[in-house]
Amino acid sequence: MKKQNNNQLLMTLLKGRTFIVLIILVIFFSFAAKSFLSVATLTMVAKHVALYGILGLGMTFVIITGGIDLSVGSVVGLTGMLAGGMIQEGLTIGSKTLYFSVPSIIVIMCIFGILVGAVNGLIVTKLGVAPFIATLGTMYICRGFANLRSGGATFSKLNGYEALGNTGFKALGSNFLGIPAGVYVFAILAVIAAILLKKVPFGWYVLAVGGNEKSARLSGIKADKIKIFVYMISGFCAAWVGIINTSQLNAAHPASGDGWEMNAIAATVLGGTSMAGGSGTIIGTIVGAFVIGVINDGMTMCGVSEFWQKVIRGLVIILAVVIDQTQRNLQAKMALQARNESK
Amino acid sequence: MYDDPNVVLHCEKIDKIYPGTKALDQVSFDLLRAKVNVLIGENGAGKSTLMKMIAGIEQPSAGKMYMGGEEVSFKDTNAARAKGIGIIHQELSLFPNLTVYQNIFMCHEKKNGLFLNDKKHIEGARKILQRLEHEIPPETLVGDLRVGQQQMVEIARNLIQDDLKVLIMDEPTSSLSAAEVKVLFKIMRELLEQGISIVYISHRLEEIMEIGDHVTILRDGKYVADADVKDIELSWIVENMVGKNTQYHRFERSIDLDHAEKILELKDISLPKKGGGWLLDNVSMNLKKGEVLGVYGLLGAGRSELFECLMGLRPEHTGEVIYNGQKIQIKNVSSQIKKGFALVPEDRQRQGLIQTLDICKNASIASLRKYTSGVFCNDSKESTAVDDSIQKLHIKVADKHLPILSLSGGNQQKVVISKGLLTNPTVLLMDEPSRGIDIGAKTEVFEIIHQLSEEGLSIIVISSELKEIMAIADRIYVLSNGKLTGELVGEEITEDNLVRASYAGLGTGRSAS
Repeated sequence: MKKQNNNQLLMTLLKGRTFIVLIILVIFFSFAAKSFLSVATLTMVAKHVALYGILGLGMTFVIITGGIDLSVGSVVGLTGMLAGGMIQEGLTIGSKTLYFSVPSIIVIMCIFGILVGAVNGLIVTKLGVAPFIATLGTMYICRGFANLRSGGATFSKLNGYEALGNTGFKALGSNFLGIPAGVYVFAILAVIAAILLKKVPFGWYVLAVGGNEKSARLSGIKADKIKIFVYMISGFCAAWVGIINTSQLNAAHPASGDGWEMNAIAATVLGGTSMAGGSGTIIGTIVGAFVIGVINDGMTMCGVSEFWQKVIRGLVIILAVVIDQTQRNLQAKMALQARNESK
Repeated sequence: MYDDPNVVLHCEKIDKIYPGTKALDQVSFDLLRAKVNVLIGENGAGKSTLMKMIAGIEQPSAGKMYMGGEEVSFKDTNAARAKGIGIIHQELSLFPNLTVYQNIFMCHEKKNGLFLNDKKHIEGARKILQRLEHEIPPETLVGDLRVGQQQMVEIARNLIQDDLKVLIMDEPTSSLSAAEVKVLFKIMRELLEQGISIVYISHRLEEIMEIGDHVTILRDGKYVADADVKDIELSWIVENMVGKNTQYHRFERSIDLDHAEKILELKDISLPKKGGGWLLDNVSMNLKKGEVLGVYGLLGAGRSELFECLMGLRPEHTGEVIYNGQKIQIKNVSSQIKKGFALVPEDRQRQGLIQTLDICKNASIASLRKYTSGVFCNDSKESTAVDDSIQKLHIKVADKHLPILSLSGGNQQKVVISKGLLTNPTVLLMDEPSRGIDIGAKTEVFEIIHQLSEEGLSIIVISSELKEIMAIADRIYVLSNGKLTGELVGEEITEDNLVRASYAGLGTGRSAS
């Protein structure tokens, strides 16, 4: 009996493990780096967390279906370049050059991100290419186009011109009431994502496709449609990150977002989403994004070298998955125990 | 036009052709209204295939279906469901990662506007499970339930459909306990009273006599006979299921098996099933030197699992294995091969061959260690060994470096056999060695088995084809639901005895516990 109680306690600790890790990290860094618990630092951390977090939201859906989206980092770069280019140079069609207002640029970029996602989804479902390979391909393609857009150059000073009616792009990179605009976007998208996953049938279908695709099809779920849709969500999220990041820097650089897909995957996995598909939560991914953000910025502030940071990040991810496995095994054991007792 | 008020659905000359095989051949079938329509046949007779057509999971290659005098065709499960056809699959089609209520209401969600109404789901799930006399908490994860409970959830999924007209049950009782079966039958009778028609596929003959109204028998994808249950007896079913056609010639043995030494003895081998019950339940058997031992049983009887235990694929099994007079510990596959065990697996494509390698490598892969000079592969040693084997087994090969898939099924199978033989086994385990090969190749494979046993090799053969196992085996053990239910020698080996023994372990079982 006592052993079972121990198990239950361990279970609770394991379930909340990412959150516990987050608290430990914050405490650790607040001692290790004096200025860590300052408003300025926390604002900076939040700014970064929002970017990984938004990517993680889309990634969560994709990974729950058993897929992966490696293209998001490149979509961040490409949408940034396209947005930057539209502000600086406008869109030239024939001899006419059109300039768009900032809100319409945001809408166009979101649509663009969704389209890239749709392409990913179509390659995965209709052409039967493994998600890893399909999105690896689009990752290179998008990065290539990001560089081609400017010949590798940066679009800087994206202030726009009053006369052209495209000012105000910087707003997404600035603070409102002391909180970065990206954090608001993250919060809104997170709420929408949580509703999608928990409160409407779509969420069930996503979990069902990831849990047992064959059964999902037999139940009448259009599994291909669901899969295409999750990549579209991921593309949409990546487009937002592209816009926010460009706005924060007030410049569009073709290498932006390089490797960010890994941060997004790490945040998702840390948050308890299973790479095998079928389970995952939005709140988990949010906490996961905070852990990644705090580790990255915390280590930088402590003066840990970039190289060691990578080593530590890798260890944290492996550790997270190992703990995840332990939890699953324990859960299975407890279920078996409960079953035996009920007999 | 087909219109009979007593027939809810009529299939007219349905064909289903898969690459290489004809699963259904001009099958006509009447689904009687408010009756339990039983489908019987051996494994691969086409029962499940026919039901897949009716449920819209697959589409017939030719033939028509009628409901209420109108021709219908179902392009997917949704189309069949719209006509009130529900199916409980042979293999559970649940979502282990979701809760009981999510599984039950999947694709039949109750909503408040756009949003899911989980309160209604939980309530509805509780009600339906109460009706099934299984009060499982609706928030439980389905993966945490034992198989019998999962089966109930699967049944519950179909019962929430309001407009259910036809319910297809493909072996619904295979994982249920006797008590659960009783509940299921009660529900079935309730459904009949509501005018719902049931198609019932089962291997448990005594169940069919209890619950069935009308029996249709299929064999090799063809319609054989149908009759009302009240007019028939068990023996009629067995006779029609097995058929009286193909006969194989029985081999004469020169070895005196009565006095041959026992090379392998199994004592009380048990293998637990995930989710409760047993795949193998205290099975004891022995194998003599030079003997061809048959293991017969229905799908899921535990035949392949027995081989898996012997090959070290199931280290969790319990019991004793005595080999050459010594008790052995079975650790893993490679140590079993070293001890002298070789397996010709059931699924040639997935377990037997490596499609990307050529014929030669497929034959030598299990014994590559023998063809080395120092650390390097010695191609000529390998080549000689493979050539010998090709000659011995009469494998028709133009060039042994051709892709393995360039061979016919029968010759592929011989390559798999030669792979086993090249490891120099003393015990050869053959799981359905004649599956998916033509009749000529079958006879050749049987001749090889005979020849090898005459040379002193001890062979265990699994087969689900009665005629075949009766022709090649010197002695036959029958497994049923994980239990050993018969040992037949000589004159005792008859179809009737085999079939009866193969059903003996069903019905009441430990599987419930």
